[in-house]
Amino acid sequence: MTDPCPLWRPAWSRWLLGLYVAAVLAFLILPILIVLPMSFSDSRFLTFPPPGWSLRWYEEFFASRSWMQAARTSLGVALLATLLATPLGIAAAYALHNTSSRLLRGLRFVFLLPLMVPIIIVAVGVFFVYAKVGLLASIPGLVLADTMLGLPYVMTAVAAGLQGFDQTQELVARSLGMNRLRAFLSVTLPQIRPSVVSGAIFVFIAALDETIVALFISGGANQTLTKKMFTVLRDEIDPTIAAISTLLTAASFALILLLALSRRRPRG
Amino acid sequence: MAGSDAAMTMPGAALPSGADPAARYRRREQALMLLLASPAFLIILGLLLVPLGWLVWQSFQADGFTLQHYRRILAEPVYWNTFATTFRISGIVTLAALLLGYPLAYAAASAPPRRALVILALVIVPFWTSVLVRAYAWLILLQRSGLINSLLEGLGLSEQPLALVHNELGTIIATLHILLPFMVLPLYATMQKIPGDLLQAGASLGGRPLHVFWRVFLPLSLPGVLAGLTLVFVLCLGFYITPELMGGGRTIMVSMLVSRNVELYSQWGAASAVSVVLLLCVGLIFLAVGRLVPIERIVGTQ
Repeated sequence: MTDPCPLWRPAWSRWLLGLYVAAVLAFLILPILIVLPMSFSDSRFLTFPPPGWSLRWYEEFFASRSWMQAARTSLGVALLATLLATPLGIAAAYALHNTSSRLLRGLRFVFLLPLMVPIIIVAVGVFFVYAKVGLLASIPGLVLADTMLGLPYVMTAVAAGLQGFDQTQELVARSLGMNRLRAFLSVTLPQIRPSVVSGAIFVFIAALDETIVALFISGGANQTLTKKMFTVLRDEIDPTIAAISTLLTAASFALILLLALSRRRPRG
Repeated sequence: MAGSDAAMTMPGAALPSGADPAARYRRREQALMLLLASPAFLIILGLLLVPLGWLVWQSFQADGFTLQHYRRILAEPVYWNTFATTFRISGIVTLAALLLGYPLAYAAASAPPRRALVILALVIVPFWTSVLVRAYAWLILLQRSGLINSLLEGLGLSEQPLALVHNELGTIIATLHILLPFMVLPLYATMQKIPGDLLQAGASLGGRPLHVFWRVFLPLSLPGVLAGLTLVFVLCLGFYITPELMGGGRTIMVSMLVSRNVELYSQWGAASAVSVVLLLCVGLIFLAVGRLVPIERIVGTQ
């Protein structure tokens, strides 16, 4: 649908649509922008506009040992989950793409399950398993859970990449004497790189933002940033949250920008 | 002569011993692919399939086999009301998301590329902003002394601050904000593929704009509508953070029933039974919609 449609030819109806769309976009974006000035307020009360400006909430965040520890946990876990989910997801997507086996094709559905099962049920289930095997409130436990939740992102992204890749190129490389792994790494992987990068970034952001499973399975010294934020928010509207929110949003935004840039590069 | 005889018997002689290289290659290939997929599968097995199986088993347990947990869901009004509230909120949010999202997706799909990019960016940025951040933003906006209330009072539209948060309204507003992108993105993906020629053809045949929209564009966009409706409704059924933060303890949704039974009361049987019922609802919805639109297309948007 490239052509500006003939549907809304009368000027007033187009104008009306434009107004409506602008209002909906404002609804989507303004609440996120409102956090930014709040984070620079010098007041404990959330009046808008803030009575004065300061960096005190950022100072509060960076000076607090417990907030810093939670931030370190979250970043470390998100990074490790990305490093784990990306290769495993690539391997699984590659296998599903190249197989003719019925069994493996049937499994395709299983790999989408983490996106289909309500997250609260995942959380309760993982909580139970971890309680049995002693992974509660541990870093490996958090990493594994975020890996499981992130796998579908890598797999759908890589599957789309493989769909647009001519598999015979890898066969040519192998027929010329490369072993399979080298052929994959030097011929296939570079060509599906944008999909891999976007899958990995999705996993990272999703792991960083993951809250509900972390509420159940993280704790003690290994509490995630999101769990701490949630617990604080349940009690009061602490302006420190505004500072953290701004930092988190900036991080997500930077990663999306990175993603957009990495997609553009191969073309020119 | 002898050579051609040998060539003719070879394939027949080779097959029974299982040495056909092509078949052997295929088997090895299959084994390799299975091996490659297995680590990812094992993680999902251990962290998702096993816990789900355990939840189902647990829901029938209380010192032996029992149906008491399910009977309680049927008998106690708290459970009934929670499921009713959850379905009502999900229905309202889903319909509102369609009303807000359809024109937005339509505008993005019919705009020139650059403007479409801007619209999509404004949809995707909130999509990737933490749910907690957005819940916090709405708490700021909707609280008694918040921006919306001071705006309404400043304009003389209301005398007293309205109760916009810590109730069902607050939950619905924040949930709608969080789930709207899940409606817009599948809608846009579908609309983008509708050929503009068809609409021009409709118009050139004398169809008035609204008529062409109604008879050509709308039916072609229905798979996207269905995908969006399903995604938003199903996600909303399991929503936890916003009702917990925005509901003020009065708006109880199913997910909160599950978490309270586990965290406060250690009632694993009750929590499991509620989970299984919720899972069944979600499963049935996916099963029904899966006949019309491939499930991969629905959940792939996330």
